[in-house]
Amino acid sequence: MVVVGLLVTVVVTSEGWPNVRETFFDWDDFVASFPAVLDGFWLDIKLFVVVEAAVLVLGLVIALARISRAPALFPLRLLSAIFVDVLRGVPTILVVYLIGFGIPALMLSGLPTDPVVLGGIALTLAYSAYVGEVYRAGIQSVHSSQRAAALAIGLTENQATRFVVLPQAIRRVAPPLLNDFISLQKDVALVSILGPLEAYRVAQIEAASNFIYTPLVAAALLYLCVTVPLARLLDHWERRRR
Amino acid sequence: MQRFVLLRVIALLSGGAAACGSDDGGEEQPAAAPTEESGAAGTVPATDSCEPGQLPLLREGTLIVGTDKPAYPPYFEDDDPTNGKGFESAVAYAVADELGLPADKVEWAVVPFNASFAPGPKKFDFDINQISISKKRAERVDFSNPYYTAPQAVVALKDSPAASASSLGELADAKLGVQVGTTSLDAVTELIAPTTQPQVFNDSNDTVRALKGKRVDAIVVDLPTAFYLTAAEVPEAKITGQFDAPGGDDWGLVLAKDSELTECVNLALDALESSGELDEITDKWMGGQAGAPELR
Repeated sequence: MVVVGLLVTVVVTSEGWPNVRETFFDWDDFVASFPAVLDGFWLDIKLFVVVEAAVLVLGLVIALARISRAPALFPLRLLSAIFVDVLRGVPTILVVYLIGFGIPALMLSGLPTDPVVLGGIALTLAYSAYVGEVYRAGIQSVHSSQRAAALAIGLTENQATRFVVLPQAIRRVAPPLLNDFISLQKDVALVSILGPLEAYRVAQIEAASNFIYTPLVAAALLYLCVTVPLARLLDHWERRRR
Repeated sequence: MQRFVLLRVIALLSGGAAACGSDDGGEEQPAAAPTEESGAAGTVPATDSCEPGQLPLLREGTLIVGTDKPAYPPYFEDDDPTNGKGFESAVAYAVADELGLPADKVEWAVVPFNASFAPGPKKFDFDINQISISKKRAERVDFSNPYYTAPQAVVALKDSPAASASSLGELADAKLGVQVGTTSLDAVTELIAPTTQPQVFNDSNDTVRALKGKRVDAIVVDLPTAFYLTAAEVPEAKITGQFDAPGGDDWGLVLAKDSELTECVNLALDALESSGELDEITDKWMGGQAGAPELR
């Protein structure tokens, strides 16, 4: 507390503070820009929910492909390994940029050109790579005797995965999954580079037209409104598991 | 309109104060500038310091000019502000020359638009980057007097319906693209009021790429940019027409708030304007703009 108090004192008494306060924390500017930023934030929320659902499915598919053992599925294992390596290794902003500007430039009919859809696809691909690895870790943490026991009582391989391994695996990785979703919730702002008016972009427009940063602070608060409850949920969840 | 009138008055007053000082030739300084003038400008004009050698510069004897990178034609050529080619490069060197600083005393700093108005110490003496003057912005930075007034232009792909629009109203159904932080965005939302939200891009490159990729039907840019784009970058597009931005669009040099250099820069711009040099520079780099039809 003392350290925080000292820090606050140093900041508030610094020479540049009045300037910073006017630029970043002006109440009138905040009130003026908030409705527009909130409007943009709805797009973030919608995109987040849809992408999250898609990531949960695609990530699981990738994880299952990576841990498959049938020799005939080797190409699938190879592909999913490459997919994870590439998409996890490239900064998310570049994935968004390359897909968002690259796909429409192909001029192929039938491909989406809507920037929100393209951005959603890019985020889904990037996050599926991470989430696939989380799932995989979860699945591999389930002791092999579980599967052996399932097979022994007469379940098929698929049934053993579906009813014995996955339920345990997913419960174990729920906290890291939620952690990735907090991260995704912030990264939906990256879609702004493709043109849609989501919260960050709206804030940036307000900031640039008036030479103030308060709208960006307003946008930051909105993100916190979603990510902080998510983080508390995560904590609660982990406590209950112990 | 009110805000622009007010701004002009401020600019005139501060410019006037500076002009009085320079008549004294530097030997005799006015004891103090008349209070009403200094009050209106929000600064104490230190006109004596406009003499070469006494300029209030970041680094003595060197003028540091900021602009964004990449720097686009017709404002800069070859992405190289130091070559003196292009409208804003030429204006910057002309201002430097008026301030008594030859070209080899001018240095350029890369200043992204969003950094030009960040609080705290600036890394440039002035920034020249097609920045529009507004009263609200002037609360955070100093603007020089305007050195250019830019009309807006609609650039549309030749095969899109937007290309044949003859009024702003006909563009309401078009998918429009603009660059973030530009007057063009205000022009779109206030004057065209499109039925679908405009798409807003990070920089000029992305805006043009969206047009080329047919992600948007048309883009709105400053008229000189439109001439450059249709001539060099996007030959498959044409200028649908030009129109005035809401409240006019005057470009000014950006300086730190209450900078002592603002007076000197205004003095230099006034001199360039009255000698006709500013007009010459404008014609040389921004000329040939009569051909675009007016949109109403």
